[in-house]
Amino acid sequence: MADPDTRETLLEAVELTREFDGVKALDRFSFKLRRGEVLGLLGANGAGKTTAMHCLLGLTLPSSGQLYAFGQPLHSHRIAILRRSNFSSSYASLPGNLKVWQNLLVFARIYGVAQPKQKIAGLLELLEVSHLSDRLTGQLSAGESTRVNLCKAFLNDPELLMLDEPTASLDPDIADKVRKVVRRLQRERNIGILYTSHNMIDIEEVCDRVIFLHKGRIVAEGSPADIVKRSTEQSLENVFIKIARSGDLENTNGKEPTP
Amino acid sequence: MNLRIVHALLLRYVFLYTRSPVRMVEMVFWPIVDLLVWGFLTMFLQQNTSGAFPHFITFLLGAMILWDILFRAQQGVAISFLEDVWTRNLLNIFVAPVRTLEYLCATFAVGVLRICVTAVALVVIGWLAYSFNVFVMRWWLIPFFLNLMLFGWSLGMISTALILRWGQAAESLAWAVPFFIQPVVAVFYPVSVLPGWLQPVALALPATHIFEGMRQVMQTGTMSWVPLAWAFVLNLVYLALAGGFFVWILNYTRRRGLLTKFSTQ
Repeated sequence: MADPDTRETLLEAVELTREFDGVKALDRFSFKLRRGEVLGLLGANGAGKTTAMHCLLGLTLPSSGQLYAFGQPLHSHRIAILRRSNFSSSYASLPGNLKVWQNLLVFARIYGVAQPKQKIAGLLELLEVSHLSDRLTGQLSAGESTRVNLCKAFLNDPELLMLDEPTASLDPDIADKVRKVVRRLQRERNIGILYTSHNMIDIEEVCDRVIFLHKGRIVAEGSPADIVKRSTEQSLENVFIKIARSGDLENTNGKEPTP
Repeated sequence: MNLRIVHALLLRYVFLYTRSPVRMVEMVFWPIVDLLVWGFLTMFLQQNTSGAFPHFITFLLGAMILWDILFRAQQGVAISFLEDVWTRNLLNIFVAPVRTLEYLCATFAVGVLRICVTAVALVVIGWLAYSFNVFVMRWWLIPFFLNLMLFGWSLGMISTALILRWGQAAESLAWAVPFFIQPVVAVFYPVSVLPGWLQPVALALPATHIFEGMRQVMQTGTMSWVPLAWAFVLNLVYLALAGGFFVWILNYTRRRGLLTKFSTQ
């Protein structure tokens, strides 16, 4: 059947499998991310999200399957793809022993950003962290650090962005600000975003579509509202718990229902 | 290779070193301590052997300074990599459009900067404390310097590859690897002192030809170009092997999923 979505495919995984010592962290994982779409990758700890993200970034090679970005195989066009992409994770900090502007200037130069100082100033202002420019990155709070990481992620005006738990360890106020900025930039620039989070408020507010992973396999896929409707649960959070416990959206496989 | 990216990566280390006086002190502290200890020891030996070894002080101080060139070049590569590990920045670098060669070239350049800082300090202190003039080696210093730097880069790539493979538990190798070869490359004594079976091993290492050449130049004012050519050819071989080993280990860590451990440790 023809794919009804005609938007350009930015990222595609085909039957991606990754084994570690005989255990499948990803099992024939396939998906497409379109231009202008925010796709959430959900699952309990150990479901395969991080492995998927690392394969998509080229940090870990898949055991089998193919990965394409902008229509090109990732393994042979890695540098060209990375120039048009970016990444931010709450677990990958910028060097704490450099000032914020120094870190951003280095990455601006790596990405070949024209007029880097103006670009950095604009992003710092947008993320409301201009006052931190001259501070050591290691002295920032978690919320400040996340927003500086996001400045780095938007430096090269990426067409494809991977955000790994961008609101982890943030208070609700800062998390809300981060979500709003991400959503705004994504809409303005028509970016495709792959987004992982354990925060279902994040997912419902930011993602157009989500994929639930369980033991490396896709167990549910659709818009957050659609997935809740298809389940017997009242909220996405309960769907998450149900899938984490039973590995299935449609029934609980004899396991106790979610509270 | 994109020089803009090499420059950007180098800029990071320049920011790091210029804003941290402790790092600058670290670069010159141990070489100066070594120079003072070896210098005074050789003065003492010279005084108590009635001048039986007239080139003692020049041999030992020259060897110490040249050894430091090799060591600093190796450290430029290995410590630059460890800086990325310690600051949990490795993930950011590996998901940026940075080629392996660009990353390595930036660390090579850091090695050159580290050499410049320590060499100037050692040359000045050697002159002031012992009237030791490193320029007694005249233009021979240039091929000595280049060859030792190339070998330092090779050792740096090997050290970094081993840390990549074995993780942070192996980070002491960043300092240890050059000292594995130090007894064999005849830094402070001639190759002839080594046991017969070890001499071919020594001659298979480019640094040996440089330290032998240094002693010859200090004694006679000149040397044959043949050992230098050997050193250069061997350096090309070692650079190719070390570079290949580094890329092989990097691909191995990607296949095994080990690379990502550096971002979470």
